[in-house]
Amino acid sequence: MKHLIDILDLSKEEIDELISVAEDIIENPAKYSEKCRGKKLATLFYEPSTRTRLSFESAMYELGGNVIGFSEAGSSSAAKGESVADTARTVECFADIIAMRHPKEGAPLVAAQSVSIPVINAGDGSHNHPTQTLTDLLTIKREKGRLDHLTIGCCGDLKFGRTVHSLISAMSRYDNVEFVLISPEELMIPEHLRTDVLIKNNIPFTETTSLEEAMPKLDILYMTRVQRERFFNEADYVRLKDSYILTPDKLSNAKKDLSILHPLPRVNEISVEIDSDPRACYFKQVLCGKYIRMALILNLLGVN
Amino acid sequence: MIIGSIVNGVVIDHIPAGRGMELYRYLNLEELQCEVALIKNAFSEKHGKKDILKVNEVIDLNFDILGYIAPQITVNIIKDGVRVQKIHPQLPNTITGVIKCKNPRCIVSTEQGLKHVFKLTDRENRIYRCIYCDTKAEPQSFL
Ligand SMILES: [Zn+2]
Repeated sequence: MKHLIDILDLSKEEIDELISVAEDIIENPAKYSEKCRGKKLATLFYEPSTRTRLSFESAMYELGGNVIGFSEAGSSSAAKGESVADTARTVECFADIIAMRHPKEGAPLVAAQSVSIPVINAGDGSHNHPTQTLTDLLTIKREKGRLDHLTIGCCGDLKFGRTVHSLISAMSRYDNVEFVLISPEELMIPEHLRTDVLIKNNIPFTETTSLEEAMPKLDILYMTRVQRERFFNEADYVRLKDSYILTPDKLSNAKKDLSILHPLPRVNEISVEIDSDPRACYFKQVLCGKYIRMALILNLLGVN
Repeated sequence: MIIGSIVNGVVIDHIPAGRGMELYRYLNLEELQCEVALIKNAFSEKHGKKDILKVNEVIDLNFDILGYIAPQITVNIIKDGVRVQKIHPQLPNTITGVIKCKNPRCIVSTEQGLKHVFKLTDRENRIYRCIYCDTKAEPQSFL
């Protein structure tokens, strides 16, 4: 692995290796605290994403490395019209590895093609966000002890939600994984995901509009937000929005060991009353995000 | 002229009827100084009608473009009045600078000097996708 642009660039074995390194970091953080001494991570964020940037930066600091970069396009050379390739080539002279967030789809690939240091896609528009998917996989592994033999419910905006698409693609490679896709009819998964990933690989899945009906069989519930602007009319939005907000009563028939995930930020799709429920994993998920990024940085820098 | 016989050159045969002019442009034949003929709506036993391009010079052809436009095309290389080679262009794995990515959110829409590159993702259904944003190539979306 040279760069990480798309989660599907990684084989199942490479993902399993990253997860096992991340779990070792969690067990033995001191062992890793000097691994990247003298190395620099450049966080090139052409649009603000505080959570993702802080996760990358703290990952690098905990490996003993340093961080340079910018957090929005306005404060960078991009504002003066410099190409992504030129910026990447310049930064290559200063840093050992790049994490790039960009509103345009494919920008991190352009950077990767232009430099010889590793490039990590930290989100390119609504296209890919592979470190979020790695975060989700590590969280599931930590919570369940496995990535196979699971029934995964994905709830909310399944049409535009890239985190859900990547999670489905990545989890489809594990044995005996079943999906329950819970969304309003307007926001069902795109056709190419249904045919090219689920049907083509014989992955069992059901599509439903009812979170309550789906709940009892779920091992994992991956929540995403249903956004007002995705609807053609306000009436449909108002009619549907509450069905996809997770509240304690909707959990009444859930498994005792259900794990609730959410890529965050949350607005109102998970009621704050759920936060104290031991099944709520979304803040643990944030922590997993830091550890898997540490494992990824080590891997891409070739540090053992 | 060369409609009847080419001594040293290339005959691109079995072009789908109506697409000869398009190929003429993509192969940059207008830049050639030698004789070039486009025959439209020629009789074809297999396909009813076809277009043919004849070039009275052995030139380097972009077989990726030919394979992408129509895999039924045949290319005949003629030397000393004899066909010395018959080539069936293959569907290319990647195709550069031919298909346009129409996704306005794609980096190719803003990055200077970045070529539009598509990769074959489904050979059976001849589906190409932009390597940057994975948008599917629409038929006829040429640069
Ligand atoms: Zn594109």
